[in-house]
Amino acid sequence: MALSAEQSGRLAGLLTEHADRLTERWTEIVAGSLRGRLSQAELSRQARELHRSMVDAARQGLADLADQHGGELRAVLAELSTSRARQGFSATETAISVFALKDALLELMEEGRDAGTLRDFVAYSALIDQMGLFTFESFVRTREGLIADQAEQLLELSTPVVKLWEGVVAVPLVGTLDSARAQVVMERLLQTLVDTGSPYAIIDITGVPAVDTQVAQHILKTVVAARLMGADCIISGIRPQIAQTIVALGIEFGDIATKASLADALRHVLRLTGVETTSRRARRES
Amino acid sequence: MTAGVDLGVPATQAIRSDEDVVRVRQLVRTTAVAVKLSLVDQTKLVTAASELARNTLIYGGGGTAEVVTVEDGRRRGVRIVFADGGPGIPDLDQAFTDGFTTGGGLGLGLSGARRLVDDFDIWTAVGEGTRITVTKWSR
Repeated sequence: MALSAEQSGRLAGLLTEHADRLTERWTEIVAGSLRGRLSQAELSRQARELHRSMVDAARQGLADLADQHGGELRAVLAELSTSRARQGFSATETAISVFALKDALLELMEEGRDAGTLRDFVAYSALIDQMGLFTFESFVRTREGLIADQAEQLLELSTPVVKLWEGVVAVPLVGTLDSARAQVVMERLLQTLVDTGSPYAIIDITGVPAVDTQVAQHILKTVVAARLMGADCIISGIRPQIAQTIVALGIEFGDIATKASLADALRHVLRLTGVETTSRRARRES
Repeated sequence: MTAGVDLGVPATQAIRSDEDVVRVRQLVRTTAVAVKLSLVDQTKLVTAASELARNTLIYGGGGTAEVVTVEDGRRRGVRIVFADGGPGIPDLDQAFTDGFTTGGGLGLGLSGARRLVDDFDIWTAVGEGTRITVTKWSR
């Protein structure tokens, strides 16, 4: 239901006339729902800003939130929901920040009751509902953006290539190895092989909860690519349950060396490179 | 047909993307832990679920996975039903041959999944879809 020109005019008048009362009541209701997690000063600043943009929009003859007069108001709402989403408030708490205005407005309009008031209120209420929905949408969009950012950061974080020894690099894989991560892992590993001139690479899958055919295929491809560059790959971290699953699935690692632990793999490589490792007798404290 | 009585409410997960395959895996793992499957059996079931969920996504064009705990009197287990409304499998014998694939995989998913679980039941009709029921029992 769109606002008529007279209705938006009356809304502007109402909002201007009772500006202080409205923003105060609005701040009060929102503060109650947020239980002190935002300062009073911050809340009343937001209330005043929202109030100002609503007055501006109503004066210009706002009929619908989506029309050209609603641009400024939409921007304020988007900013409000973005800050709420980033501060970790829930969608409900964010939406209440807008719907509280309806309560404040209703209390105000109940006093000056006449025949047109109800119709006006229904129209205003519809506008506030639109504002609420818009806020909700912006909130979700912000959250989705945050999640996508975090996923990307995690992708970066979770694929380090570390140097274990002169000529030996290792990739400790943790978590789910999907196609995107497998691609990142392969690129990082191949680049590190070039940068360090390492002839050996250890791929450690201790942190991979399940090795299915797709994961195995990604690992195999990485090993083949490393081989093409002249590096030998060892797969380590094959736990008993993973070994049994791989056998049942029928995956064959062919002539690729596999070890139960990263330590075994390192020892294997050191032996291949001719580095002697001997255990020293435990030192005794005097 | 697979034996056993359904217990509790089945949990259903839609399979529409790679993330959903991960969700199926997590759901299956939680359920497997709840019925106290051994670590090896958990891993086997989770891996089988991962294969079948990916098949549902890639070859079936998406579908659902329904996970439920079952009991047959002396032991408990986890049953998963994968259903899609995709093109179906025209030649089952061929599909269960190790190394056969119409996609780009290793061709071990379907046959491997059958070896990883205790009960395996498949229904498929060309043009109608595929429905695979697997069960893993505690020992």
